[in-house]
Amino acid sequence: MTTPLLEVEDLNVWFELPSGGELHAVRGISFELEAGERFGLVGESGCGKTTAMLSIMGLLPPNATVAGEVRLDGENILARGEETVSPHRWNDIAMVFQGAMNAFNPVKTVGSQIEEPMELHGIAEGRIARRQAEELLERVGIPKDRADRFPHEFSGGMRQRAAIAMALACEPRILLADEPTTALDVMVQAQILELLVSLAADFNLALLLVTHDLPIVAQVCDRAAVMYAGEVAESASIDALFHTPKHPYTRLLFAATPDLRAGGERVASIPGAPPRLDKPIVGCPFQPRCDRAFAPCPTETPLLKTVGERHVAACHLNDHVREPATA
Amino acid sequence: MNGSHSLLEVEDLVARYPVGRGVVGAVTRQPKLEVRAVDGVSFSLDRGEMLALVGESGCGKTSTAQSVLRLIETSGGSIRFDGQEISGLSTKELRPLRRRMQIVYQDPYESLDPRFRVGATIEEPLEVHKVGSRQERREAVKAALELAGLTPAELYIDRYPHELSGGQRQRVAIAATLVLGPELLVADEPVSMLDVSVRAGILSILDELRDKGLAVLMITHDLSTAAHYADRIAVMYLGRIVEEGPTREVIENPQHPYTRALLSVVPKRDPRERGTPQILRGETPNSIHIPPWCRFQPRCPMAIADCKTVDPELRRPAASTHPEHRAACIRV
Amino acid sequence: MSASIQGGAAAATEGVDVSASRRPRSIRQIALREPTAIAGLAIIAFFVLVALLEPILVTGDPKAKVGPIFEPPSATYPLGLDGGGANMVDLLMAGARVSLLVGFCAALVSAFIGGTVGLLAGFYGGKVDVTLMRMTDYVIVIPDIPLMIVAAALFGRSLTNIIIIIGIIYWTTTARLIRAQVLSVRERVYVKRARALGAGNGRLIFKHILPQVAPLLVANTVLLVAYAIFAETFITFLGLGDPSVISWGRLIENAFNDDAILNDAWWAIIPPGLCVTLVVLGATLFGQSLEDALNPRLRVGHLSVRRFKVRPLRGKLDAE
Repeated sequence: MTTPLLEVEDLNVWFELPSGGELHAVRGISFELEAGERFGLVGESGCGKTTAMLSIMGLLPPNATVAGEVRLDGENILARGEETVSPHRWNDIAMVFQGAMNAFNPVKTVGSQIEEPMELHGIAEGRIARRQAEELLERVGIPKDRADRFPHEFSGGMRQRAAIAMALACEPRILLADEPTTALDVMVQAQILELLVSLAADFNLALLLVTHDLPIVAQVCDRAAVMYAGEVAESASIDALFHTPKHPYTRLLFAATPDLRAGGERVASIPGAPPRLDKPIVGCPFQPRCDRAFAPCPTETPLLKTVGERHVAACHLNDHVREPATA
Repeated sequence: MNGSHSLLEVEDLVARYPVGRGVVGAVTRQPKLEVRAVDGVSFSLDRGEMLALVGESGCGKTSTAQSVLRLIETSGGSIRFDGQEISGLSTKELRPLRRRMQIVYQDPYESLDPRFRVGATIEEPLEVHKVGSRQERREAVKAALELAGLTPAELYIDRYPHELSGGQRQRVAIAATLVLGPELLVADEPVSMLDVSVRAGILSILDELRDKGLAVLMITHDLSTAAHYADRIAVMYLGRIVEEGPTREVIENPQHPYTRALLSVVPKRDPRERGTPQILRGETPNSIHIPPWCRFQPRCPMAIADCKTVDPELRRPAASTHPEHRAACIRV
Repeated sequence: MSASIQGGAAAATEGVDVSASRRPRSIRQIALREPTAIAGLAIIAFFVLVALLEPILVTGDPKAKVGPIFEPPSATYPLGLDGGGANMVDLLMAGARVSLLVGFCAALVSAFIGGTVGLLAGFYGGKVDVTLMRMTDYVIVIPDIPLMIVAAALFGRSLTNIIIIIGIIYWTTTARLIRAQVLSVRERVYVKRARALGAGNGRLIFKHILPQVAPLLVANTVLLVAYAIFAETFITFLGLGDPSVISWGRLIENAFNDDAILNDAWWAIIPPGLCVTLVVLGATLFGQSLEDALNPRLRVGHLSVRRFKVRPLRGKLDAE
């Protein structure tokens, strides 16, 4: 068994609040990413998925404290914080942000912003960097003569493509994408997703897609982890998540997503709201809203258990399964 | 109240915005440019019916909805509300009509004045239209809160918006429209900024109100939501309706090539239904330079030479299975 | 019907939004939390108190001669006597009354004019906006001191005139500030929604826009107080002040006219100047901290060079 490319183990993130307390945004999550795999991190607002993703790149604000390990090729890159994680930024792990407007400096040309990481990391410079930047632009579907244009001259979809090109500038092995298509029309979204899939295949990139949009994950990813209240509720192949979910939240989340062809099937809504993360949580975090909650749920925290082939879930309904999950 | 007309009848509606030419353009006397946001839209809406206007950004769906409520100026066409032509009415003349047609906006975090308590927000329409006594207004506010699913009403009346979740705020916004007892409700992307688990709760309110006789015009880019809740769907592209009809018919038997492409790229929940998405190249062009022929022709996978000679009208496609199904394409 | 009851129960258990960052801060909250605001407010409060208590603290006419000219500070007269033999402390307290009065009143006049111009220009836009802004530009261009000199010469040197003159010079910044704020508030969804339900312009302005703009106007008015007090001091020092009242500017003017410097009488010049400086400082500190707190874009915390912290894994090893 080869070491997975990226292993996240027992990742925890706390934020200091101005009022003095602490917000425990990520509460001990673990997952793995193999080379060339497309993995989805799914959840609604506040579940901690974006914070978890930013932790992998070490892009947390000064009021954050992190614990746990993020292992790249077996080496924990969070061992000494900024010092150990920054050498890997963009070289090994790169990121595409939501709403690429935020990713670009409005007063510099798009081409120069793709060349910049190349020069900073000593990969290429001058004319060579320029040529590589143009090739990248072509690869993402932007004519290379646009390299001298400014970000505001690009449409939303083009800017997102350019942001992807910028992320690939240093030939990373892992691409993190934070809601890459949320602000885009459905047709442009399809184009961008198709691009990401083909790039992942061509460059043998591992893709970590962070989103609240379940159908996108269903169409693009092989495996996914569903997060709730800072924890992993369930993680499995995307097929298993839809057809044989082992956590009520996963099942209800799918049921709450309308589908074109589902006809008369009632769209579910989940009453209540996620628990506050600035206080300790007793028992299962989803219990107050769960339609299958029973005796142990309010008081005992469910452990993440292996319930199938590479399929883990944290729910007391699986308590009959003997062994706890191995990380 | 005459019985023979629909509550809302829109015909050949046009709304255009001028766009700057820049200094060079002005000096060289280039023709003044206009964005043709709504470029000849016709539809009708009955009481107890939900019509979804769907399309991508720039298609004109929001502009159409705002034009219908006379919130933006129109440049042509007719809008008849309950038989009365309202496209030429002044602000003063429109005032009494505002009681009967209301709008719910997309952003629940911005829709409510942060300095108004929930009760004050919902009471405001009653104050504006000088309806009811103090006591009657309080009763109406409570009733509206309960219709919007915020019960017990006493728990919410004195809260400030920042104390409520997104879903609750949207319910308050809906309650503020219901308090006057409107006949037409325009919902502009009512749930797109809310978490998935909360959406059905909000949409089911609109669903029930529709069952009770409210006419709902829903604007959305989410075809799946439209497919689930709307009675009829109208697909818009560059300021025109390119296909319309009963929901089941449009979703299961789409005829216009744009509708077909759009439906094919909507991601499905079931990973086993990945299908073959028909991804169109390029993006929707801007609505400034619209050719006099079929506006979808440049991106259409089915375009032929004749498509550049005529601007197709909405008519019943040959393969349709419902008499009210229309598509604007010469090839179907 | 059952669905809405179920929805009701659902909504009732929906949690409340705990993001404190969205809660609008009231002026009182800012004033009592920010150190600079507290400091500024304390200074102003001190002088206001002195001004209010002056009738009690000072018996008789503060200008009365009680000793020799320019007598140095002593136990009885902690700040000595001025060029007319009057008690400096009494004079300062009387001066506080006038300077602060002129300062506050002129600031209010400015705030009223500027606020109205800004509100109307921002709300109505179009020709109204263009006309009002052009007018504002003309007023900005006029040099303030020469205008004040000319106006004082033309209209007489009463206190009321001074207040009006200062008031009509300094409203332009307020106008621009308020106009910008109104332009942005006008586009907010809740204003559009109110308009969509039939609210008239009056309601939109007074119930929705003005309350949102008011805190900034208050903060700006506090800053205007600083300007106004300084302007009054300056005008009076030039000899254009109301001859029948004592203000700090008058005290400085008198000191110069009576050759205080030649007599080494620092106590006749420095204290009034210091008072003006302190009040201007206090108003600036308070007003500035209010504006900063009300304008979130001025925060630069994200530019910090501090990094996130790493905590060693605990629990997992301990449990074994």
